[in-house]
Amino acid sequence: MEEARRITPPLDRERDMPILNVNGTSHDVVAEPETPLLWVLREQIGLTGTKYGCGIAACGACTVHIGGIPTRSCQVQLQDIAEGEEIVTIEGLSPDRSHPVQQAWVELDVPQCGYCQSGQIMAAVALLRDIPEPTDEDIRAAMSNLCRCGTYNRIRDGIKRAAELS
Amino acid sequence: MTEQFNLSRRGFIASVAASTGGLALGFPLGATAQQLAELAEPEINAWVVVQPDNTVVVRVAKIEMGQGTLTGLAQLVAEELDADWENVTWSYPTPGENVARERVWGSFGTFGSQGIRASQELVRQGGAAARAMLLQAAANRWGVGVDEVTVERGVISGPGGQTLTYGDVAEDAAALDVPENVPVKDPSTWTIAGQSLLRLDTADKTDGSRVYSIDYTMDGMVNAAIRQCPVQGGTVASFDASTAETMPGVMRVLQVDDSTVAVVADTWWRAKTALDAVEIEWDIPEENAGFNTAQFEEMMREGLDAEDAFVGNQAGDVAGALDGAAQVVEATYAFPWQHHVTMEPMNATALVTDDSCTVWTSTQNAESDLAAASQASGLEIAQCDVHRMNLGGGFGRRGASSTDYTTHAVKIAMAMKGTPVKVIWSREEDMLHGTYHPSTMARFRGALDEEGNLTGMHMRISGQSIFAGLMPFALQDGMDPLVFQGLQAESTEGEFGYTVPNLLIDHAMRNPPLRPGFWRGVNNNQNSFYLESFMDELADAAGRDPLEFRRSLMQNHPKHLAVLDTVAEAIGWDAGAPEGRAYGLCQHMGYGSYVAAAAEVSVDGDTVKIHRIVAATDPGHVVNPQQVEAQIEGSFAMGLSAAMVSEITMENGQVQEENFDTYPIMTMWEMPEVESHIVPSGDFWGGVGEPTIFVAAPAVLNAVARLTGQRVRELPLYKSGLRLG
Repeated sequence: MEEARRITPPLDRERDMPILNVNGTSHDVVAEPETPLLWVLREQIGLTGTKYGCGIAACGACTVHIGGIPTRSCQVQLQDIAEGEEIVTIEGLSPDRSHPVQQAWVELDVPQCGYCQSGQIMAAVALLRDIPEPTDEDIRAAMSNLCRCGTYNRIRDGIKRAAELS
Repeated sequence: MTEQFNLSRRGFIASVAASTGGLALGFPLGATAQQLAELAEPEINAWVVVQPDNTVVVRVAKIEMGQGTLTGLAQLVAEELDADWENVTWSYPTPGENVARERVWGSFGTFGSQGIRASQELVRQGGAAARAMLLQAAANRWGVGVDEVTVERGVISGPGGQTLTYGDVAEDAAALDVPENVPVKDPSTWTIAGQSLLRLDTADKTDGSRVYSIDYTMDGMVNAAIRQCPVQGGTVASFDASTAETMPGVMRVLQVDDSTVAVVADTWWRAKTALDAVEIEWDIPEENAGFNTAQFEEMMREGLDAEDAFVGNQAGDVAGALDGAAQVVEATYAFPWQHHVTMEPMNATALVTDDSCTVWTSTQNAESDLAAASQASGLEIAQCDVHRMNLGGGFGRRGASSTDYTTHAVKIAMAMKGTPVKVIWSREEDMLHGTYHPSTMARFRGALDEEGNLTGMHMRISGQSIFAGLMPFALQDGMDPLVFQGLQAESTEGEFGYTVPNLLIDHAMRNPPLRPGFWRGVNNNQNSFYLESFMDELADAAGRDPLEFRRSLMQNHPKHLAVLDTVAEAIGWDAGAPEGRAYGLCQHMGYGSYVAAAAEVSVDGDTVKIHRIVAATDPGHVVNPQQVEAQIEGSFAMGLSAAMVSEITMENGQVQEENFDTYPIMTMWEMPEVESHIVPSGDFWGGVGEPTIFVAAPAVLNAVARLTGQRVRELPLYKSGLRLG
């Protein structure tokens, strides 16, 4: 199972007012350098599609892409992010829900409550980037995000459908 | 519906009317046409609003939390209305509106798998009445008889080929008297209901734009983090906020109630960080301070043999049957505490002024939160309201008597009048202060005769009662009837599915200092695990096939039997499992529906692999088959989590599991293939959100026992030296 990956090399600890590149837009952020990226996104930048589920990188609801790598943003501190590093959140995936994963999710009615789905979708997008036509085993091995509603089989089917749509 | 906090109630209604720009139709419950005409705007006790652009807004009293009820209810209304499904959308009325209108929408409570079955009659009649009014309005416009007009997908046709849309005649229709006793359609004629339509609420779950309660923001809002005493009954002795008060963004550190301290800051992360720096001394009641899981197990074991017990189901003479048995089979089972772990932790936003209290929260029972807001603020119900936000999961945690987070938000907001306050519980706080799935044990004694027939059975349940711990007013002479879910005689909700001539099912109530709650499936979960495991043990002892053994006891319960036969056939019971694998099966009735499951497993060393699981459900009627399938799949994930991997324990009076690292739930890796057979028999309305959850564990564990000879009697799996792979 894939674990959340940290950014390497990290950090310029000297910076006190980092400029974050989120979904292609620069954001001046005022927050303590230890503040998790999750809460910077949600509370400073106002991008609430990235969810708080556990705060210990166990559930994956806060998954975003940093430099293209799916990352659990609750465990990335502001000071860990390199200047200009590209951060993509669920809101930045497409302007109009046209990403194949988003299309597949709608087509198959994947979500139930939907709370974990931002993270599921970001993990799925990264998987499909690495493995454009994943097998069931590839999907089961890569997708470690938790879903309490139990939509796992539809997530799997959604990923395979997205592969067809890509 | 947002940002109405500064409006009067009447202003609020007007603002809704302005925003929808349309007219409401429906049927009056307690309101006369005269009263309706006197309203400032034509919004009436309504289930249906038709806007000028033909948009049909269905008012939904139940809450959507993932279970699909929203779409199902809209399908039922649209069906009766003959609306164009493409034009259908929905809105949630508030509990304040419901109170003001003498509960025209009935109960908002969304639990007990009642979302569809408890309101289908109301919403179908609402749709049918609205349709009749719209057709009458068109007939009046054309000067023809209503029997000369027809409607298809929201377009009304007259005898001369003329057409009008629902939007065209909505205003006229709203002025008509609401007809009574309009017949609803026979489900066999449905074209919108009964179909596997896509949900109405999926798109915004795919781009991050859906606003859950935890995402809600208001101008000037501040954030609070709270800590409650981790031991039940404990109180705040003192706290030292001197460090926290100097930390960035911190506005207030305050005691919220006897057992809760809060930090309020500009952001939640800062509030939480500062809360970690608050030193709190607790006063912990001595009797709870040392309480642990082992102690509760001792209490329950004592209860297994206790003289006194509440009787839930009784027939014949069990003692006599056991005395006269050729063979007595005995087994004891145990089910641990579980946590809901909704992916969205508990949270609520409140704004209190001198004469109003408004709450925004995710809740399964907004009327309870309305009452809690009134109680906490000291304001009248009419001065309070609750706006229902999207839920990141419910599963019972956000249901009856679970208004603790709303109360926190209101109390903190009272200390900061005029400022909206959002309270978020951290995951750790959430896990330490749940309303836990009760823990019980059960001991069976079964009497078999010479031919291996079951002549008598005593099932003694010992352990925790939800009613006693959460809502003692619901006890009946001290007894909690809910303990016997799925085990009662002649019940339309959950009937014991076997005919046993001498039967006793009773409960020795033993309660720990840990707040119980309604957890998806509730007491059916352990009752089905106990009973359906023991049925296999009895069959083994009798040297009989588990399916044949059950069938011999189920001839008076044809609907129970039908779903069992369905899964047996679907999995290929008679042909037998492939080499190295085994099948297990079970059935149970709950929430008015009949469910069964059959699992195919293999065991490699200590690792149990579930290859597939086949489900059958008879909920009477089916409004959206693909959403029923989604509930079946989700039920297996949650039910198997509880049976296989999850467990709450207590040490020193405190829950030990604080996050997903110590309270794991099932992942995609472990999730089996699910095959659903939906077999509605058509003469009743049962639920679908919960029933399948209670047939998950026994199907799998019966298969494990058949394959390995090892009977799992205590959950989760690790207690038997096994794990899920």
